[in-house]
Amino acid sequence: MTPIVLFLLAIVAAVVVVAVWAVGIYNGLVRLRNQVKNAWSQIDVQLKRRHDLIPNLVETVKGYAGHEKQTLENVTQARTRAVSATGVEAQGQAEGELSSALGRLMVVVEQYPDLKANQNFLALQEELTSTENRIGFSRQHYNDEVMTYNTRIQSFPQNIIAGMFSFVKEAFFEIQDEKAREVPKVQF
Amino acid sequence: MWEAIHDNVRRSRLLIGFMGALLVGLGALFGMAYAGADGAVAGAIAALALWLILWLVATAGGEQVVLMSARARQIRKEDSPRLWNVVEEMTIASGLGTLPKIYIIDDEMPNAFATGRKPENGCVAVTSGLLRRLNRDELQGVIAHEIAHIKNLDVRFMTIAAVMVGSIVMIADIFLRSMWFGGGRRSGGKGGQGQVIVLVLALGGAILAPIFAQILYFACSRKREFLADASAARFTRFPEGLASALEKISGNLGNSRKQALRSLAPMYIINPLQAARSSAGLFSTHPVTQRRVAILRAMGGNAGWVDYERAYKKVTGSPEACLGQKTLASEKSVSARAASPEAGTKQDAVARAREVTDLIDRLAEFLLIGCVCGVRIKVPPNFDRESVRCPKCGRTHDVPRAEQDAQADKPDAAEQGPSTEPLRYRRQGRGWESFKCSCGKVQQLSPAFEVRAITCRKCHRKIEIAGP
Repeated sequence: MTPIVLFLLAIVAAVVVVAVWAVGIYNGLVRLRNQVKNAWSQIDVQLKRRHDLIPNLVETVKGYAGHEKQTLENVTQARTRAVSATGVEAQGQAEGELSSALGRLMVVVEQYPDLKANQNFLALQEELTSTENRIGFSRQHYNDEVMTYNTRIQSFPQNIIAGMFSFVKEAFFEIQDEKAREVPKVQF
Repeated sequence: MWEAIHDNVRRSRLLIGFMGALLVGLGALFGMAYAGADGAVAGAIAALALWLILWLVATAGGEQVVLMSARARQIRKEDSPRLWNVVEEMTIASGLGTLPKIYIIDDEMPNAFATGRKPENGCVAVTSGLLRRLNRDELQGVIAHEIAHIKNLDVRFMTIAAVMVGSIVMIADIFLRSMWFGGGRRSGGKGGQGQVIVLVLALGGAILAPIFAQILYFACSRKREFLADASAARFTRFPEGLASALEKISGNLGNSRKQALRSLAPMYIINPLQAARSSAGLFSTHPVTQRRVAILRAMGGNAGWVDYERAYKKVTGSPEACLGQKTLASEKSVSARAASPEAGTKQDAVARAREVTDLIDRLAEFLLIGCVCGVRIKVPPNFDRESVRCPKCGRTHDVPRAEQDAQADKPDAAEQGPSTEPLRYRRQGRGWESFKCSCGKVQQLSPAFEVRAITCRKCHRKIEIAGP
């Protein structure tokens, strides 16, 4: 084997090694990006779950607190707006308003001891608390994934591959309205 | 999150590799002791074969064996909606993907465990005693800890390690017994002296290796528990939940030793056989509960990896790292959330009663200091030391005092004798606060109090109040 051949072989070997390493990094980045997307859709799932719970809640409350029409109407309308909102900002806004409307409904509910003792209502209460928690946690998880992904595409040596294949930073899910994070408080 | 798993996997591989080498080495050594140099390869192969058999036995049973032996019954959502919901919430927060199967064990002793070698096959079991005793935040903490075990692939790792240790113990046992009972066959006179040395090494190995392997195994188990605690704090963003749950659980475990299954002990959240220990021995599967609680409470208002690491170093004073490098590098500090509102008349009544007694104490000139763990320390008016320790969590707090203005080098300071310069006190928040004047009298500031300065009733000194 002449030195030139050896040299060429060494270069080929080096190129192969770099290529394999680059493919590994690329795959890792793709996986992370998909995880971010997955986490985003999780938020949607939990928000929809809340939308589905609300009609049942309104019906139960109506049975006991019929003349709180205004509050119930607000909740129903807020829900309709939230369901039909499109785009991240509009959605965030509508969901925040829905959370506020639910909070006010819970305040009103306090004055009806029969309702508060109703088994159906208590079960719904638990579901509502859980749903609010889940929405919060899915946002938290999404932000965690975004943090991991952003850190990864910015650190060396992954940023080279990221730049080459245009992996861009994802945005965190900020909460515009602090109230949107609150679990509707219930004092029994 | 993925960094933590990555670190875990790397450490696991190192450990398994090391133990595997130990196993093969022992096998070779024993083979040599039996049959001279030729026996080495046969011995190594025999050791690996034993390991394979044990591995197949361990994995064939699957999770069902473990759950059946604990008498766990799988539940549907209707059976316990709160537990189901909490598990779902933690599945989301941890990014586990698939909801684990949920089991309840009918037992008054509060405890919980998780099994499942792959995250898709995860199972979480909780005793009815635990469900009864914990509030929602605490339950979240416990479930987060268990799900963290599944997510960090701890069960898989500990199974592999257990099988390794089991194999090492077994071949050492077999070797020692055969030495004891038969003396072993020696093939010809090949290297008499060398053979004796090999024999000595093999005997030494047979005695020491199992002990060494077990120590390693238990040390790994303890490390994994810390990692699971850190993960739980991060998922829930509320370390105090897990801390108070651990306290409640460990306080209750005294009586039920008989019921705890030895083989299951490492997988519980607190090892029921070792619950009463005050120090973690070399053979403890879990770190001491008090220490875990102290670390969680030392995290300040934060809940991230680096915060846990800092708290770990502070509480244990240990120089070596608890979490992996990649994990710590992946993010900066993450802040914790507040406690979730408690729905229930009992808690409200208790809170109101506390407020009333606090007010009475303040009128009696007690100095109240709020600790991060939730306790309000009540310092009597004649307490003259500079700092006080929280009775619950042990943190040290300085007794708040009004400070002298830093202008002691005024030319006429000496002439004024005991200083009549106004003191200053900086408020730390907007709620009730108490502090001591330089004469020792306790001053109380209420939330509604928005005046710039007050006068001490005892020494008539003016004290300026600065905002938070």
